[in-house]
Amino acid sequence: MSEVDQNQAGDTRRDFLKKTSFAAALSLTPITILKAADQKVDERFAELFEKIPLNLKVNNKSYALSVEPRVTLLDLLREQLHLTGTKKGCDHGQCGACTVHVDGQRINSCLSLAVMNEGKSITTIEGLANGNELHPMQAAFIKHDGFQCGYCTPGQIMSAVACVREGHANSREEIREYMSGNICRCGAYPNIVDAIQEVKEKGVKV
Amino acid sequence: MINFQYLRTSVVKTALNLINKDSKAVFIAGGTNLVDLMKRGVTAPEKLIDINHLPLKQISFANNLLQIGALTSNSALAEAPIVKEKFPLLSLTLQAGASAQLRNVATVGGNMMQRTRCGYFYDTTMPCNKREPGSGCGAIGGYNRMHAIFGTSEHCIAVHPSDMCVGLIALDAQVVLASAKGERKIKFADFHKLAGNTPEKDNNLQKGELIVRVEIPANNFNKNFHYLKVRDRSSYAFALVSVAAALDISNGVISDARLAMGGVAHKPWRLIEAENFLKGKSPNKANFEQAAKIAMNGAKSFGENDFKLTLAPNTIVEALTLAQA
Repeated sequence: MSEVDQNQAGDTRRDFLKKTSFAAALSLTPITILKAADQKVDERFAELFEKIPLNLKVNNKSYALSVEPRVTLLDLLREQLHLTGTKKGCDHGQCGACTVHVDGQRINSCLSLAVMNEGKSITTIEGLANGNELHPMQAAFIKHDGFQCGYCTPGQIMSAVACVREGHANSREEIREYMSGNICRCGAYPNIVDAIQEVKEKGVKV
Repeated sequence: MINFQYLRTSVVKTALNLINKDSKAVFIAGGTNLVDLMKRGVTAPEKLIDINHLPLKQISFANNLLQIGALTSNSALAEAPIVKEKFPLLSLTLQAGASAQLRNVATVGGNMMQRTRCGYFYDTTMPCNKREPGSGCGAIGGYNRMHAIFGTSEHCIAVHPSDMCVGLIALDAQVVLASAKGERKIKFADFHKLAGNTPEKDNNLQKGELIVRVEIPANNFNKNFHYLKVRDRSSYAFALVSVAAALDISNGVISDARLAMGGVAHKPWRLIEAENFLKGKSPNKANFEQAAKIAMNGAKSFGENDFKLTLAPNTIVEALTLAQA
């Protein structure tokens, strides 16, 4: 994206929503909990938020983080690293919108605990393009109109790249089968298959 | 999700000691089932022991025996050249399950341990003897379209959802289990259990045990085989009924047969009587239909899954026909 809508105060829509909802949440939090957390009086309460160090690479950038064990890789990417290209569709491993590459393999990031990715190399949709030069799969999706609302699209593209690399894009039937973990409510499937076929047939390096 | 303690080790002995020390601890491998269940509040372990770094990912074939490390991913096992060459039925069953993304993470051991997909098990507001013993079974007399027709009990009619397990039971696999006391080996057919009076237990794994290896003896079922999975969608859906069929045909006669079904019972369902009928017979439609009839002995339906009484034998015949071709 080359342009981001901003209001007079320099806030994006996302920033504005964050500020107003944080203020609302703060006003609703019982004062007792705020005090306890502040003074660390409750040992067990503090223990509940014990964090674990986590070192990993995302789109070739190294991160040294500290996360609760229950944080999923999807939430880590979106909420902590602000890489919001990866989408939360179902959050239960059934739609594929959260597809990313971990050490070159496509996975559903919603079912992966962040802490289980220690030392791994993650690639998200933001990491596909080469500067301003689109990845061949991204270009193909645009050429073949492989999306409507675009919500499933980052997951589709990450999955499509892996599908070709795995050697599972040899026919329309095989593509449909090996892309079956990515669903599209808008029904852009035929065009998605077109895009993947073109990339495969061109033989370009993905 | 509730918070929990997280520990990680790359030594089997350490993992076994950790699980023994704390009754509230469970192992996590791929996590594609466990994390989902934890998100939904179906299960809430207080401590997870991450076993992904244990050295249990090898696949080897020697002395007519395929040995598979329990942490091998489903996709790695499906694509392994030795499996595609000598155990292609197993490859087919693996490819029929889940999605590519899930198969890359899910492990062999985890696939065996996966819980049922019954809606009442998943819905914590619903009665479920498996999730909460004694609370009742919502599926009996409720929505039971996906449920069992063999080996059911009055407490539970859930099915085991795995495709890989149907292949493993058909191919006479064995399972190696490790604990602080040592290793033991059992038949794959004895790993999962029927619901009976203890539906809260899916299998015969004892507390403190870890699946380390699955072994499959060499066989002649790599020429005539098929895995037919019937489901509401053409892909990425659990089976209504599935059949793994394999035939060893010599001189136009079936010398040996393997038949197993998924989507029909609390454990992968081996059809021994039907296999015995087929031995020595000609691989023709009449014999396939007779085998299917024998296979359906004892089948019982619960209202919404009555159609399985027709779908199952038809799928058996079709699978055998495709295997023979």
